Amino acid sequence: MTARRILFAALFAAILVGCATSPSDDRISVDASTMLKSSFKARGQAGLDRLDQDDTQRLCSEAAGKTPPREVAERIEKQNLATIQYPADGKLVGDWKNGEKIAQEGRGKQYSDDPAGPVGGNCYACHQLAPQEVAYGTIGPSLYRFGKLRGYGIEMQRYAYGKIFNSEAFAACSTMPRFGHNGILSEQQIKDVTALLMDPASPVNQ
Amino acid sequence: MADPMKIRASLVGDTTEVKVLMSHEMETGQRKDAQGVVIPAWFIQTVTVTHGGKTVLAAQWGPAVSKNPFVSFKFKGGAKGDKVTIAWADNRGDKRTDEATIA
Amino acid sequence: MMHIDRGLGAGRRAAALAIAVALVAAPTALAQSSAAEGIAKYREALQDGNPAELWEARGEGLWKEPRGPAKASLEQCDLGLGAGVVKGAYAQLPKYFADADRVMDLETRLVWCMVKLQGTSDADARKNPFGNGTDRKSNIEALVAYITSESRGVKMNVSLAHPKEAQMYKVGDKIFYFRGGPHDFGCVTCHGADNQRIRLQDLPNLTKVEGAQKAYTTWPAYRVSQGELRTFQWRLNDCFRQQRFPELEFGSDASIALTMFLAKNANGAAFDAPAIKR
Repeated sequence: MTARRILFAALFAAILVGCATSPSDDRISVDASTMLKSSFKARGQAGLDRLDQDDTQRLCSEAAGKTPPREVAERIEKQNLATIQYPADGKLVGDWKNGEKIAQEGRGKQYSDDPAGPVGGNCYACHQLAPQEVAYGTIGPSLYRFGKLRGYGIEMQRYAYGKIFNSEAFAACSTMPRFGHNGILSEQQIKDVTALLMDPASPVNQ
Repeated sequence: MADPMKIRASLVGDTTEVKVLMSHEMETGQRKDAQGVVIPAWFIQTVTVTHGGKTVLAAQWGPAVSKNPFVSFKFKGGAKGDKVTIAWADNRGDKRTDEATIA
Repeated sequence: MMHIDRGLGAGRRAAALAIAVALVAAPTALAQSSAAEGIAKYREALQDGNPAELWEARGEGLWKEPRGPAKASLEQCDLGLGAGVVKGAYAQLPKYFADADRVMDLETRLVWCMVKLQGTSDADARKNPFGNGTDRKSNIEALVAYITSESRGVKMNVSLAHPKEAQMYKVGDKIFYFRGGPHDFGCVTCHGADNQRIRLQDLPNLTKVEGAQKAYTTWPAYRVSQGELRTFQWRLNDCFRQQRFPELEFGSDASIALTMFLAKNANGAAFDAPAIKR
């Protein structure tokens, strides 16, 4: 009886998996993971564990550059929202001058980088921020006048801080790194970048 | 020993057009390596081009010329089949001479 | 009359011009297109006298010179079109080679030939894939420069007829979308949409035919900023470094799968390299 129930459960699970994606596609995903593992070597601070995907990375890879189905997107956003840690002291806005330096700094976490730092956010690689910096990328939206356009209130501060901490909490499969969740930037660094966006004196808001 | 130059010489009307690519580091003496040590200057100082025993171009170069330099110039008086000889010497005493036939 | 092309100096001038243009106008689409035009003019000025030719010349010498313990040249190396056929070979790579029972790109095939024909050890053959200045010249880069130059103008024609070729393509497709590492980056992060830039660098959309064609047919390239000729293996290796991944091994299956994916997507376009890039 018990054995039969387990068998049924196993069959049912197999049917579910079969429905989700075609078996051959699953097979290729497995082949790709295996191939990646044998094709990279650890170097500097970048170990092979960086090829192990978490749930979000796996689901977003499966979405293949497109927005995932709604229920998947909601699951990703819910999971990531739960990871956001707001500062214990309640202060979300740090020093925008430091924030600007962090936004300019492209180094950090590459195998060619010194593990002792510096580690930056490299925000300008993808976003327009302060208008004085003309060498900005366009992978992300322009954040020029971020606070001025949206208001400087506590809710917007929490959104900005949270978005930098874990972007996947607000837009599933965003291209933006999860700076706090993945330990790229420290709490103080995230406060400073939040200030770059939210301090009325920041060049971003002029 | 430096790699050979890549030379193209062609006659257009009564003018010979010469294009030369040279393989050289052309180190400025201003750069530092990963340890912060200055990389010594190393660059081509003189370039001489001769045709039929006559110098048609003589140049003095400095460290501002780029790595793997490209030179293009024209002179009058060449004929198809003539040889053009190009020589450079750098500040370390390295030399290289290569020859091309005007096409 | 003399004209000296100062590669790096010209680069700085072009960058200064681009910034000046952007400062005058508000950073609008107009300023961006002017900057792009400035960069295009700079590239045009570099076309004459591409130092990649120095690598091509050295590579041709290496191809023909008897080398290695067997004192043999590479002239009998089969790049896919028969032993010794270089012309047009690169436009059909990667492909399945029955003798190796493996899909190979040009670099992997060269290593294979160095081992089989010249008696070089596999480790020695793949020891120095990416050169750095006069002290560390890479023979692979020079050979790749020569062989690819013999496909200039030839239409890309990569086949998926063999099951292993089709499998490599599918896996390459998956790897293209694979996101991982501390930044959640994948190839698709930068190369999955039109008209995007990282800082001021335009990024090709490699998920579209035109983007893949334009990108794939212009590698290898002489990088003015590095003073080196760089191969497609190098391009992939350095992309993964910036993605914060561990190091992609030279000639690994993942590198061949991605090359297969992009080369096949570039089919139909005329190959146009070694090129010159900033």
